[in-house]
Amino acid sequence: MKNPINQSTFKRRMREYQKRPASFVMFILVMLCACVTVLSFVFLVGYLLYKGIPNISWDLFALNYNSENVSLLPSLINTVTITFLALSVSGPTGIFAAIYLVEYAKKGNKLVKLMDLTSETLSGIPSIVYGLFGMLFFVVALDWGFSVLAGACTLAIMVLPLIMRTTQEALRSVPAEFREGAFGLGADKVRVIFKIVLPPAVPGILSGVILAVGRIVGETASLIYTAGTVAEIPESLFSSGRTLAVHMYALFNEGLYIEKAYATGVVLLVIVCAMNLLSNYVAKKLTR
Amino acid sequence: MKSKSIKEKVMHIVFLAAAMVCIMAVVLICVFLLANGVPAMGKIGVFNFLLGKTWRPGQDIYGILPMILGSIYVTAGAIIIGVPIGIMTAVFMARYCPKKIYAPLKGAIDLLAGIPSVVYGFFGLVIIVPFVRDTFGGSGNSILTACVLLGFMILPTIIGVCESSLRAVPEEYYQNALALGATHERSIFKVVLPTAKSGVLTGVVLGIGRAIGETMAVIMIAGNQARMPKGLLKGVRTLTANIVMEMGYAADLHREALIATGVVLFVFILLINLCLAAIKKGVEQ
Repeated sequence: MKNPINQSTFKRRMREYQKRPASFVMFILVMLCACVTVLSFVFLVGYLLYKGIPNISWDLFALNYNSENVSLLPSLINTVTITFLALSVSGPTGIFAAIYLVEYAKKGNKLVKLMDLTSETLSGIPSIVYGLFGMLFFVVALDWGFSVLAGACTLAIMVLPLIMRTTQEALRSVPAEFREGAFGLGADKVRVIFKIVLPPAVPGILSGVILAVGRIVGETASLIYTAGTVAEIPESLFSSGRTLAVHMYALFNEGLYIEKAYATGVVLLVIVCAMNLLSNYVAKKLTR
Repeated sequence: MKSKSIKEKVMHIVFLAAAMVCIMAVVLICVFLLANGVPAMGKIGVFNFLLGKTWRPGQDIYGILPMILGSIYVTAGAIIIGVPIGIMTAVFMARYCPKKIYAPLKGAIDLLAGIPSVVYGFFGLVIIVPFVRDTFGGSGNSILTACVLLGFMILPTIIGVCESSLRAVPEEYYQNALALGATHERSIFKVVLPTAKSGVLTGVVLGIGRAIGETMAVIMIAGNQARMPKGLLKGVRTLTANIVMEMGYAADLHREALIATGVVLFVFILLINLCLAAIKKGVEQ
């Protein structure tokens, strides 16, 4: 970003601004807007931490939910279960679909265009529409009822385009010479994909998967009518259970435990933050 | 040799099947939404449904015009607040930001994008709602509140897309403008920003998509009264809120009408996607 051309002194700049007051106004506006963004971020996170941390207690992590401890542990366990289930469906599907698009499909293939269109459509659909679909398809049509499984499947479809796209990008960034070299040595296609192309692409794929985890953890609208809002550890995959974000919404809805909602918010924020940092860290490994 | 070729074929089919799952998902979503939503529109009457001004499920009156307008107003407000701040911040990040604060700033904005909407909603509830109530009067659960919160929620989307499109503008453009005697600001706003126009537009459209589809945050702060929006400080119900509020207890035609609301929302999103595709095509030409 350092340009020798741009190295003007403060004094010279001020003189320029005197000649062109409009430029100065724009400069002030830019700084102001940047400050607004940063301050709103600091305020949001700071306020949540300030209000939430004093409310975190051991009670919140009790094994059973009741109206006295308002434990968030069952929801936390549900979140982990649903994340795991959703990823075990959408992870392989997304990665394999990306492999097909990058390694098998020929350029200008109709299917590739169709896939691009569908993945763009999928990534634009609001989560409540996914929720409606999940309710109609998994809960009613397949008769799973409000269940952890129905919620997980809905979320799996939701994060599919995210995983597919990051995998596509990661695969494309693997140099073509790797493949050509391996083919030249007589390896067959499947072997080339799994032994040569995938290993260097793993950090990219992983960072996409971690982003997907972040999205699943924060999801509410699509879960209310698929996984339901029961605040217990589910007995089986076919019983209802709320995730942490749904738990926070439920606390707000009941209106009785606002302090606990702050604490839940902090836990959510910490998880999402950790996922973001992890994703960045893993993605950085790619460039090394 | 033969077993190898079988393995090849099997894996080829597995990969193809995975790719098909994505297409199937979109088809399934379309089929299920349309099959459950469109008959209701037929029963209510398309015009009565889309342009009806009253929503009274108790009396079997289902007009979603208040919700459509609510969604549009709230989204428009979010754009008015979010777009200028977003673009300016993107300009700051691409052209002003010292290297030292760039990394933490970028991290903060990534984190903003990842914060769950319930957390935003909760924040709006405890900060923005009381603020609006004390400053402007009313209950605080209003269009204005929703606009402000959504404006902030779409910031990361707009900043991310705008910044990368600003960075994609060749450095020479900026330098040439400077060499011709333009100030730093003039070069940016008269040369660099217009060149990055399509990227900025994409960011704005993505922001619209995010604002219109936002559910939980809006429910928590917008008041959710199912009547025609009457003013900035009055409550409003969006399409998304309508679905979540009533889906829990709806039955029969009421339920189908809610699904039809989802169909309307889906159509909105498809239109937005069409806009995006059009912008993309404009760039390629």
